[in-house]
Amino acid sequence: MGDAGYVQLLDLAAGAVLLTAVLTLWRPEPPAVNRFLVLQGIALGGLAAVRAGHEGSVALAGLAAGILVLRAGVLPYLVHRLPVRDARRQVGMPVTLLAAAALTLVAFAVSQPVIRSAPAPATGAVPAGVAVLLIGFLVLVSVRGATSQAVGFLLADNGITAVAVLTTTAVPLLAGLAVALDVLLAALAWMIITADTDPAELRELHD
Amino acid sequence: MITVLITAPVALPVLCAVLYGLAGWRRPTAWVGAGVAAAVLACGIALATVVSAEGPYVALNGALRVDAVSAFLVIVIGAAGLLATGASPAFLRAEIRAGQADEALAARVAGRHSLLVQAFLAATTLAVLAANLGVLAVGVEVAVIAAAFLIVQGRSRLAREAAWKFLLGCSVGMALAFLGLVLLNGTVGLDWTALATNASTVDRAVLRIAVALLIVGFGAVAGLAPLHGWLPDAHSQAPAPVAALLSGVLLSVAFGAILRVKVIADAALGAGFTRTLLIIMALATLAVSASLSVAQREYKRMLAYAGMAHVALLALGAAAGSRFAVAAVLLLLFGHGLARAVLFLASGRILQLTGSRQAADVRGLATRDPVLAAVVGLGVLALLGFPPFATFAGQLGILRAGFGAGVATAVATGIALVPLLVVNAAVLTGAGRMLVDTAPVVEGPGAATAPERTPLSTAAALGGGLAICAVTGITAAGPLQHLLSLAADILTGTP
Repeated sequence: MGDAGYVQLLDLAAGAVLLTAVLTLWRPEPPAVNRFLVLQGIALGGLAAVRAGHEGSVALAGLAAGILVLRAGVLPYLVHRLPVRDARRQVGMPVTLLAAAALTLVAFAVSQPVIRSAPAPATGAVPAGVAVLLIGFLVLVSVRGATSQAVGFLLADNGITAVAVLTTTAVPLLAGLAVALDVLLAALAWMIITADTDPAELRELHD
Repeated sequence: MITVLITAPVALPVLCAVLYGLAGWRRPTAWVGAGVAAAVLACGIALATVVSAEGPYVALNGALRVDAVSAFLVIVIGAAGLLATGASPAFLRAEIRAGQADEALAARVAGRHSLLVQAFLAATTLAVLAANLGVLAVGVEVAVIAAAFLIVQGRSRLAREAAWKFLLGCSVGMALAFLGLVLLNGTVGLDWTALATNASTVDRAVLRIAVALLIVGFGAVAGLAPLHGWLPDAHSQAPAPVAALLSGVLLSVAFGAILRVKVIADAALGAGFTRTLLIIMALATLAVSASLSVAQREYKRMLAYAGMAHVALLALGAAAGSRFAVAAVLLLLFGHGLARAVLFLASGRILQLTGSRQAADVRGLATRDPVLAAVVGLGVLALLGFPPFATFAGQLGILRAGFGAGVATAVATGIALVPLLVVNAAVLTGAGRMLVDTAPVVEGPGAATAPERTPLSTAAALGGGLAICAVTGITAAGPLQHLLSLAADILTGTP
């Protein structure tokens, strides 16, 4: 793969990860959100695959396969199985999209030190990963319902994985961290599945 | 032999969890959990003796590493774990008696409770003994998940809400910490010793972001602002032994992680960066806890806010950063962990006696159950930092170090005194009313109530916890001094 082609593919995959995150803000309710999550998982797997192809790394290729199975298969399926009681936005869509744009700018600003520390096409795409993380947190706080909060956490998780894929030199560590975050997501999902009322809708505990 | 000592605090709770999984909670297994916690404490003391004499050790090809800090934290986990598991059999029996309609179900819940408590202990000991920061984070995460399932076991709506907030808040914190680890993981890897010695090779600007993410992330689990929202709900809704574990163990382990990260940051960035961050988080936490504790009506929530204020004090001590300050922080970590564990266990007993979480419903405890009242009274004195408890020396040390550590820290310490006094006054007033105010007079036949007796095992666990807290305070200059001074050397990067 030529260098120009590598950079284009890398940026395409990173852009797709970011775009799918913005799309979840546009349509946070199932079944649309599940499709976006699958697409994001595929883009994330693609990101790792592009790096694997460029560096000829078998470990990264294995990681890409793992990401594809987990992030485009298992986790979106898990989210699909969650009971959906309410996915209303707390704030209007235009405000949410503006906030997402602002967060993307913030992501570019805060990622500059990372890019400067190791200038390369891969680290150049790090802001996309950070933006997805921030958009994940935005979903977490701006959409009602536990299932939507789990979707927000999965987005944040995908953002962190994207940053890790773009910066890592230690694949086993990255795989371990990614799986560790997925276990947290599974625990959140379990809480939603076993509850007879939406845990995020309960508002009885406060001062 | 040393390998056995290092692996036992992780392996024994794992084996015990398997035992509870297979055999369930019944008469022969009821006390095994407490025995394992005692063994963890004994291992901690043995490890402390060994590392004090011979220096740090590694085991399992460098995966586990014990130094003065980790040995100290194993002692903290063992002591608070012993308290919680020692009081558990009586607590669980009372719960099973209360739900007589379905005893089999209650016994199953007790079995699951005991299994999860052991998993929690194994995860926290793994976190403090791990040589690698990644494994530390995974240990904290597993402990968080086990604790979330422990909080939700009551199955009430309130418990579900509290568990959800706890899991979500800590998940966000852990996600931030994991991103910090991803950024930190350069050529050196995530081995703590390697990072501490080679921190200057990591890009300074990247290190700043990573450290901020790690401190805010672990701060979420330790109950520091801005991600502290879960703490009062989780502590008030968790069953008493679980609240004791959250307060005595999880907060301490997460704060221990912050201290480890601070060493790496200070080596490369100087002390100023983490000092500013910790001071901001400490003052914000104190402001929240003081404002919400003033009008607090639930005694368990009151304790939770007091716990937040004390973690903030620990953060101020860490910000001061001198050897003396860090030794005081560790002493306070231990003392407060024990005092809060004792008080949460006692509050669980009060809840079983009165059926109410409201402080106003608990009047005249001193006449109703004198032993429990004495424990609560002494526990509150320990929590507020009265002599002879370890908290006295710890708080005094932190305040002294704070006022002597430069203008910024001195001003922050001065400001912090106000909310700290507010929280302490609120706790003292609330506890005073619960203990000595006259109980509301109910007249008529059948209104008389006989004094309740706290079970012997519970009284022994609570009294033992207070005794350890007092003995540690009195002998802080004795056997513990060498361990604390070694740990302070490690945590301040003193060669």
